[in-house]
Amino acid sequence: MRTILRALPGDLDAALVVAQHRGSDAHPSAFRTLLGAVTRLKVCDGDDKQAIDRGYVYLAPPDYHLLVEGDHLALSVEEPVAFSRPSIDVLLESAAEAYRERCVGVVLTGANDDGARGLARIRELGGATIVEDPARAERPEMPRAAVAAVPDARVAQLDEIATLLVELCGTTTARESGAAS
Amino acid sequence: MIELQLLLEGVYRRYGFDFREYAPASLKRRVWRRVHQEGLESISGLLERLLHDPACMERLLLDLSINVTAMFRDPTFYVAFREKVVPLLRTYPFTRVWVAGCSTGEEVFSLAILLSEEELLDRTRIYATDINAVVVDRAREGVFPLDKMREYTENYIRAGGKRSFSSYYLAKYEGALFDRTLAENVVWAQHNLVQDRAFQEFNVILCRNVMIYFDRPLQNRVHRLFHDSLERRGILCLGHKESIRFTEFEHSYEELDAQQKLYRRVR
Repeated sequence: MRTILRALPGDLDAALVVAQHRGSDAHPSAFRTLLGAVTRLKVCDGDDKQAIDRGYVYLAPPDYHLLVEGDHLALSVEEPVAFSRPSIDVLLESAAEAYRERCVGVVLTGANDDGARGLARIRELGGATIVEDPARAERPEMPRAAVAAVPDARVAQLDEIATLLVELCGTTTARESGAAS
Repeated sequence: MIELQLLLEGVYRRYGFDFREYAPASLKRRVWRRVHQEGLESISGLLERLLHDPACMERLLLDLSINVTAMFRDPTFYVAFREKVVPLLRTYPFTRVWVAGCSTGEEVFSLAILLSEEELLDRTRIYATDINAVVVDRAREGVFPLDKMREYTENYIRAGGKRSFSSYYLAKYEGALFDRTLAENVVWAQHNLVQDRAFQEFNVILCRNVMIYFDRPLQNRVHRLFHDSLERRGILCLGHKESIRFTEFEHSYEELDAQQKLYRRVR
C-alpha cells in the first residue's frame, strides 16, 4: 500500500478507498499515520456519509464494513463476511455498483479469498481490474483467488500499480478507484 | 434500483414497515441475501413472496434489523462514559436512559453492568427499544453465546470493568445467562425510530451504529426525535464513526467527548 501511495501524484484525478484486514483493536490512527507519511494524497478514515472527493484516500475503519454509495461513503456493522470486517468484497461490490465503468479495482497481498467476488463484480459492470502478481506477493492467496475469479485482470508487480492507476485515472478526467489489500 | 424501490414500497404498503429512507448500499446487500436464502432469483421474486407470506416478512425484518453487536463494543466508549457521563448522572436523584436500537441487548447489559459498578443502577431506568419485537424478546432473555465470553471479557477489562466479568453470568448449555438483577430496571419495548414519536423525556440517549443505515434526511428526522426526547442538558451518545456535524442539529449540542461521540444538548 505504501509503495503504491508513495508513487501516486497528488493531483491524481480519482479517490482511493481502501479496505485492509486489521484487528478490531487496531490502533485507530496508526495505519492512517503510516500511510499519510508517504503520500501527497490526503489520507483519512472513512466516516458515515462522508463525501468522496478526488485526491483523498479513505480507509475502512477497523470493525466496520465500508461501502461506496453514490457520491459518499457508508458504514455498516453487519456480520463479518468471510471472517472479515471490513470486508473487501463488500467494498468492491458497492464501488462497482456506484461507479460501474469508472471504477478501478485493485487486489493486493492477503491471506484469504476476500476481494475475488468484488473484483469479479467490478469486471462485470465494466470497470478495470488490477491484481498484484501472486508470485511476488507477500501472501499469494488473495491475489491468486482474484485472478481465478477474473482471469483477464491485469496482473502487475507492486511497483507498476501506481503507474497503471495514473494511466487509467489520469490527472484530469474524473475516475474513481478502489484499492484493497 | 427500481426493483429495490418497488420492494420497499410494497413492504411499506402491505406491512407498514418503512425502509424507504434506509441507506441503499447496505440495504441492497441484505435484501439480496434474503433473496438467495429464499432460493429466489430476483428482488421482484422476493416482493411477490413477501406480499403473500407474512412469515417471509418476519425473516426479512430480522435481516434488516439485526445489527451485529457485542458486549462492551468499543471499550474506549465505556471508559469515556464512566469518566464524563457518570459524574453528571450522579447529580440527579433519578435518571432515564434510552438505548435506541438495542438489537439483541448486548449494549443494554453492558451499560447496566457499568451503572451497577458505579452504584447508579438502582436509580436509573433503562428504556431499551428496537424496531423488531422478536429481537427485543431475545434481548429480554439476557442470554448470550458462551463462546463470545472470552472476547467480551477482554472488552470488559479494557472498558475499565471493576469486577470479574464471569461474576455477572452463569454458564448454561451453550449460553451465558446474565444476572437478572441487571435488567430489573430495564423496560423492553418495540419502537420504530422511523415512524414512532417521542414517548418520554430522557437524560441520556444511546444510539450507536443505528443511524448509519439511514439516509441523510431520515437521520435528520431521527435527530429531531432525539432532540425532542432529551432534557435540556441531556447526553446523546453516537457510534465512533457517526457525528452530529453536518446534521441540522449540529448547533444544538456541545461536544462532551469529540472522539467518543458524546454530545450534550445545549439548546
